[in-house]
Amino acid sequence: MTYKKLKRIDLIFHEDCDCSQVLEKTFRKSNDEIINDILESGLKGRGGAGFPTGLKWKFTAEQPSGDRFVICNADEGEPGTFKDREILFKVPSKVFSGMAVCAKVIGAKKGYIYLRGEYRFLLPQLTKALDVFHKEIKDLLDFEIIIQMGSGAYICGEESALFESMEGKRGEPRNKPPYPTVAGFMNKPTVINNVETLVYAFMICKHGPTRFKELGTSDSRGSKVFSVSGDTPIAGIYELELGMSLDHFVEEFGDGDTKAVQVGGAAGFCVPRKKFKDTIIGFEGVPTGGSMKVFNSSRSMYNVLHNYLEFFEEESCGQCTPCRVGCQQLIKGIEAVKKGEQKAAYLDQLMKLSETMKLASKCGLGQSVANSFSSIVDNFREEMIY
Amino acid sequence: MADKYGRKRENLLHILQGIVEQERYLSDVALTEVARELDLSAAQVYGTATFYTFLDTEPRGKYVIRVCRTISCDMKGKNRIIQAIEDALKVRLGETTQNNKFTLLETNCMGWCHEGPAMLINDQAYTNLTEEKVIEIINDYAKNK
Repeated sequence: MTYKKLKRIDLIFHEDCDCSQVLEKTFRKSNDEIINDILESGLKGRGGAGFPTGLKWKFTAEQPSGDRFVICNADEGEPGTFKDREILFKVPSKVFSGMAVCAKVIGAKKGYIYLRGEYRFLLPQLTKALDVFHKEIKDLLDFEIIIQMGSGAYICGEESALFESMEGKRGEPRNKPPYPTVAGFMNKPTVINNVETLVYAFMICKHGPTRFKELGTSDSRGSKVFSVSGDTPIAGIYELELGMSLDHFVEEFGDGDTKAVQVGGAAGFCVPRKKFKDTIIGFEGVPTGGSMKVFNSSRSMYNVLHNYLEFFEEESCGQCTPCRVGCQQLIKGIEAVKKGEQKAAYLDQLMKLSETMKLASKCGLGQSVANSFSSIVDNFREEMIY
Repeated sequence: MADKYGRKRENLLHILQGIVEQERYLSDVALTEVARELDLSAAQVYGTATFYTFLDTEPRGKYVIRVCRTISCDMKGKNRIIQAIEDALKVRLGETTQNNKFTLLETNCMGWCHEGPAMLINDQAYTNLTEEKVIEIINDYAKNK
């Protein structure tokens, strides 16, 4: 495997730009040309799942005529992720502009930002920025953005649960297919993108696809905003080129005593020190929606896992049995092993349970519990027992 | 509220959020009234309300304190922060002060992992908390708000 060196990038936050001017220039292109630029850039969704953004836009644009929507997913709830808050705080007009480009391409008249309830304090300034933006694009595009608040539910970051929530219902994920590109919000064709994805899409419109494509690796083009926290002297938000090894990352951000990094939050993977060298941060290795949590040797990985499982148990929507019951049983299970009420071999049974959850759960929440569970239990088995 | 936001199903969350903003919680009376206004069953409205952590269906104080309990804030000592608030307000986690001014709760990751421990008081976020700092904040609310 070839690694990229750790390299800081300054695309998202630094560059001031006259958004309406860039939009005007972009709108001179045909919709197909814009989609091709996004496809050509290799941009994949920055929320974690990594679906090619250009394809999402293309599939939605190809739907038979009628209402359609563009939605900005700002329900950033993954433990350890806080970059979308910073993006919305510092460069909201770039987010709006990304939505406007998408709206033009797919033919949407309305867009929504679903903002998590925990970020309600952003609402006044976002509303103000939005008023300015609406005035600026008045002559360019018939498009309106509405901000809708969440109310404290991690699962609503899952796209179909988010639609349900926007429709005034419990945020329970839907069966797929149909996918949002065919039937999303109000059962209309919908593009739903993460905050960061929309900004990158806009930056690609501004600079052309080449500048983005030059960064990163063949599977993970471009750069990405990382949220770094835990045992690090320099916790914060960093835009880095994709494709670096975890070794390089830890060299930069670790405190010299790093024993593990949780990549991708509670739904992500725990990588122990011995695997840092062989782990690449990107879609070909360990993907992340941005969350990078650093743990040093003073930390009990049992406590980390227990905290994650408590999180999942509470945030599981309860709709499907593997996830609802599975999360409860995993917690009870590791507690029983720790107390000595169950033999260590019981951990293997719990691993099987987590595999079942991966196969049988309806949505990404239940499916990804096994990621952190098996990677922590596998690599830190002795800490689970003693 | 229904007049303000509309009577369609997709307005339900807005209405419930609006009531919580004013009353701090959703009473049974409020929920059944919303159900009648929107021509939904009370169960549908109750089911929706109880799904969301921030749509409380139990009485809450004027200021709802939510301390983040997820891993980064946990590592940075959120338990000490909770202990300090408990001592200052003479309540335990989940309880409301007798004067109905404060309710103390825990919440899941609220996106301030790099500046933990963190908490929300209603919509306002407070970060990099220490025991001294949190007491200062609470005292300020108790006196001035």
